[in-house]
Amino acid sequence: MQSFPFQPDQASTIAKSVDQLYFFLTAVTLFFTGLIFSVIFYFMIKYRRRSPDERPKAIEGSFPLEVLWTAIPTVIVALIFVWSSTLYFRNAEPPKGSLEIFVTGKQWMWKVEHPEGQREINEMHVPLGRPVKLTMTSEDVIHDFFVPAFRVKKDVLPGRYTTMWFEATKVGTFHLFCAQYCGAFHAGMIGSIIVQEPDEYERWLAGGAPGESMEQAGAKVFQANGCPTCHLADGTGLGPSLLGVYGNPVKLTTGQIVTADDAYVRQHILNPKVTTVFGYHSIMPSFQGQLTEEQLNNLIAYIRALGKAQPMPKEAGKQ
Amino acid sequence: MSTATLEPRVHAPRNYLNADYGWKSWLFTLDHKRIALLYLVSITFFFIIGGSFAVLMRIHLVEPQGALVQPETYNKLFTLHGIVMIFFFLIPSIPAVLGNFLVPLMVGARDLAFPRLNLLSWYIYIVGGMFTLYSAIAGGVDTGWTFYTPYSSTYSNTQVTAVAIGVFITGFSSILTGLNFIVTIHKMRAPGLTWFRMPLFLWAMYATSIIMVLGTPVLAITIFLLALEHLFHVGIFSPALGGDPLLFQHLFWFYSHPAVYIMILPAMGVVSEIIPCFARKRIFGYKIVAFSSVAIAVLGFLVWGHHMFVTGQSVYAGLIFSMLSFLVAIPSAIKVFNWTSTLYKGSISYDAPMLYALGFIGLFTMGGLTGLFLASLATDVHLNGTYFIVAHFHYIMVGGAVMGYLGGIHFWWPKISGRKYPNMWAGIAAVIIFIGFNLTFFPQFVLGYLGMPRRYAFYPAEFQVLNVMSSAGATVLGVGYLIPLIYLIWSMRYGPISEPNPWGATGLEWKTSSPPPTENFAEIPVVTEEAYAYAPGEAAGD
Repeated sequence: MQSFPFQPDQASTIAKSVDQLYFFLTAVTLFFTGLIFSVIFYFMIKYRRRSPDERPKAIEGSFPLEVLWTAIPTVIVALIFVWSSTLYFRNAEPPKGSLEIFVTGKQWMWKVEHPEGQREINEMHVPLGRPVKLTMTSEDVIHDFFVPAFRVKKDVLPGRYTTMWFEATKVGTFHLFCAQYCGAFHAGMIGSIIVQEPDEYERWLAGGAPGESMEQAGAKVFQANGCPTCHLADGTGLGPSLLGVYGNPVKLTTGQIVTADDAYVRQHILNPKVTTVFGYHSIMPSFQGQLTEEQLNNLIAYIRALGKAQPMPKEAGKQ
Repeated sequence: MSTATLEPRVHAPRNYLNADYGWKSWLFTLDHKRIALLYLVSITFFFIIGGSFAVLMRIHLVEPQGALVQPETYNKLFTLHGIVMIFFFLIPSIPAVLGNFLVPLMVGARDLAFPRLNLLSWYIYIVGGMFTLYSAIAGGVDTGWTFYTPYSSTYSNTQVTAVAIGVFITGFSSILTGLNFIVTIHKMRAPGLTWFRMPLFLWAMYATSIIMVLGTPVLAITIFLLALEHLFHVGIFSPALGGDPLLFQHLFWFYSHPAVYIMILPAMGVVSEIIPCFARKRIFGYKIVAFSSVAIAVLGFLVWGHHMFVTGQSVYAGLIFSMLSFLVAIPSAIKVFNWTSTLYKGSISYDAPMLYALGFIGLFTMGGLTGLFLASLATDVHLNGTYFIVAHFHYIMVGGAVMGYLGGIHFWWPKISGRKYPNMWAGIAAVIIFIGFNLTFFPQFVLGYLGMPRRYAFYPAEFQVLNVMSSAGATVLGVGYLIPLIYLIWSMRYGPISEPNPWGATGLEWKTSSPPPTENFAEIPVVTEEAYAYAPGEAAGD
């Protein structure tokens, strides 16, 4: 048997702050458990029954005491609430300029795609000291991406994207666990996060001999499924141009204005009737069941890239 | 089987046990006390089954690669352990056994408001239990007791339907029991028994009944929808069918979080009876303890989202659920402080029920405080889905609810059976259970913090030491549970005859003979004093 540490590795920027809160909570727990146990033991000995016909006087209660021991826990939990929520809130959004990696969970493996096109299974290489944002979805049931050393965890849902981020602070190999029960080999849905020095990571990226980047693969999916027939770049097609769309507000036929994010793009590809863009007819067919999660990821990478381009003025296209 | 034949006394007083004989007199009884015993036997049966699954799991986890069974089998073991223990042992335990026995006695009535409904609720429970047993024999079910979709509805090819039907049916037994208690407490209190003279056990039963009646229908609807999707592929929860993958979790926890309070509130009620009796002291802050039960019942319905902090729900929803979850800690803390203060200047004896009750306070305190780690967003992200959760809810549900249940069984056993059990063995068992429990579940807190996810049939080798420690503790705990089973059964035949009130307790149930006659009281009692009037010569009161 291996000996075990009493603390998991602290290998991300947030690990220390989560641990500080954890230790504070442990101290609160120990203090109050110790207090209650000692008081009970003290009373048990001091007020033990000395003769069978003892009849101690009744004490009805004490209002000041009730107020006191309502106030003390209230103050303590309020403090913990503010502390932990601040921490959670601060870490909820990935920093700008994060490295973006796609994760697809399926029974029982993790599939990882880097923007440059490298693919990994049950392994994820990441550079040290750079925030990494994961966009995750599942092909089947609910999974959960859990890296104890980073103190991060997020469910991976079918039909939706969830995101999480971390910034590794330690070179090494760390556990990746699936933390949401997902069937027979749930316990085998584990992998490694491999944190490398940035230059080593670059070498790994280069050495992976990627055929094409996700964006390029997405462009092919875009072509192969006939998307450009309607989504002409200059906006003269039956569907809107996708240049400069991603990340910006879109007005729908319902009058609603939504941001064109991953969830919107996904929904529009799989169930376009619901999200028809203002000024266009609802004629786009659904691609539900025709694209794999990876093809969808690639498409999204491509549409994200198109989003960075400036929309073409319509006149330019007519010439 | 009669107690009368063994006793040399010619005039064995008539009581509910010797009033009638034969299986019909039990299976068709309308006496709440006999129905309580039917429940006692059935839930003990399910406890043994659920416990055996746990034993197999702990043996399996001694080795990192799994020592005993295939992963598929392990998954079925933890699923059935959870389903059996929660729906067929913990939820009915105190309400259906002690509540059934005691609510009419404590309010000074001859029976519950609806005796036939009461018998029906037992039959419903048994039918539900049969479906669950059938599913176990017919191949088992592997979804976890939480039945998360879309795994349960569209991916698992085990006996999901049979188990879902079993749980669905059993829910109605809870609803009927809750309804019966609410009506009985409202309408059938003896003259003079005002709301604030009621023993706190009744307050706890009342709060529990409200949760049962309001919450259980939601579980029924949820399970019905699950079965609809599983059998007929109606898209409700599965995104592949156009459903919402998280909807199930919202509905499920809307019942299943309050269900935790269905398990713990009755145990709190039991402890509120035992502590004053063995400290000979009126409970400290009666009204506060009573209202904190109600506060817990109400707040319990507003915190389900804390099970879903890592599902990607909005951060604002997370904030609100976190805050509400912290609020539940406050009435729970108040109760602990009041129980402890009840000991102050008391006259404390260390009989077995008291040891269980004090054990309850200790374990519940730890269970409650470790709940703070999970109400807190930043730490929950790390601990959710790990063994920390497993440890936390076992401290509440086994350390709390089961300790309370055993304390109650020991406290009222002389009343139920008319016999006494060996006090020394009972005390030894209480200590062994307390120690064995901590040895089993404390290492799991550490395991969880180190990152070991729950529901793993095999695990990385670095977690082995703690798993072995936990399994070793489980054997101690198992022994601790066997001892009461033996001496309680022994006492039914050989235990010394108990007087009507062996502990010198207050409360109407002690004012009638042990065991009570079928009609409970020859004459309906009139209540003239406050609850817990242990002080001499005065009706303890305001």
